[in-house]
Amino acid sequence: MSQSTLPAHHAQEHEHQPSHSVFGFWSYLMTDCVLFASLFATFAMMAQQFAGGPTAKDLFNLSDVALETALLLTSSLTFGFAMICAQRKNTGAVLAWLFVTFLLGAGFLWLEVHEFAHLIAEGAGPQRSAFWSAFFTLVGTHGLHVTMGLVWLVVLAVQIVKKPGMDEREVRRLACLSLFWHFLDIVWICVFSFVYLASVV
Amino acid sequence: MANTHTTHSDIPHVTVGGYLIGFVLAVVLTVTSFWLVTTGKASGEQGLIWLAVLGAAQVVVHVMFFLHVNTSKGQRWHALSFAYTILMSLVIIVGTVWVMHNVHMLMMAR
Repeated sequence: MSQSTLPAHHAQEHEHQPSHSVFGFWSYLMTDCVLFASLFATFAMMAQQFAGGPTAKDLFNLSDVALETALLLTSSLTFGFAMICAQRKNTGAVLAWLFVTFLLGAGFLWLEVHEFAHLIAEGAGPQRSAFWSAFFTLVGTHGLHVTMGLVWLVVLAVQIVKKPGMDEREVRRLACLSLFWHFLDIVWICVFSFVYLASVV
Repeated sequence: MANTHTTHSDIPHVTVGGYLIGFVLAVVLTVTSFWLVTTGKASGEQGLIWLAVLGAAQVVVHVMFFLHVNTSKGQRWHALSFAYTILMSLVIIVGTVWVMHNVHMLMMAR
């Protein structure tokens, strides 16, 4: 991958060597994808194992899920706008779009925590049956990823505030987080399709 | 900045138009999935097949328009590793479902 441009850049500055750290981060995402695949496989196995307890049809609230989906999908778009502003070296706009993305992500998490609390209060905690164990493991793992994404977003925003030039290194960091964020949205597509909608259909 | 995506090829070049097209397609697919289920237009196995088709289509939209994975020179390794990962994920999911289905059938658990 573009190794041939190396010698010309050597003379200038060490920093400007073509870095492949975005591809490296992509490789991590691919292993994360396999982790989620095993959690989905487990969930598929436990889809009917309610052990006589509350079922998914009884408790899932699709309007909340639709709202969560809308928040996460919109946050993908706003992160995209942050990436575009980064390409144009418009630091203020990057920070503004990152802030909007953070609010949307935090709104998603708030709804999810609310939903978990409601389920546990209704007696459908992770220890009630195999179905609810698999559900909380899968959706909870996704939620943890979103939480880490939000922490990372704050750290990145602080780094950008400290070094507002949007040089190659900042864009590279932003590109990694954008891959992470869009990846989580893709996992959420599978969650709302195969966990929520498929349990109710 | 204009030459960023040629010299540093693993940062994809992004455009407003690309994101908006992807977003509109994603919204249409999501709304269709929710509409099919909440109005009861599709149910049972037929409903599951519809959900799988719409979900897969939306994953493709996100990968193309948000992750910017394509077969261009800078993205070739991304696309290759992604295809391999999807293959492995399907082996895990389909393999698990298949094996456990046979276990249930042969052990007369159902």
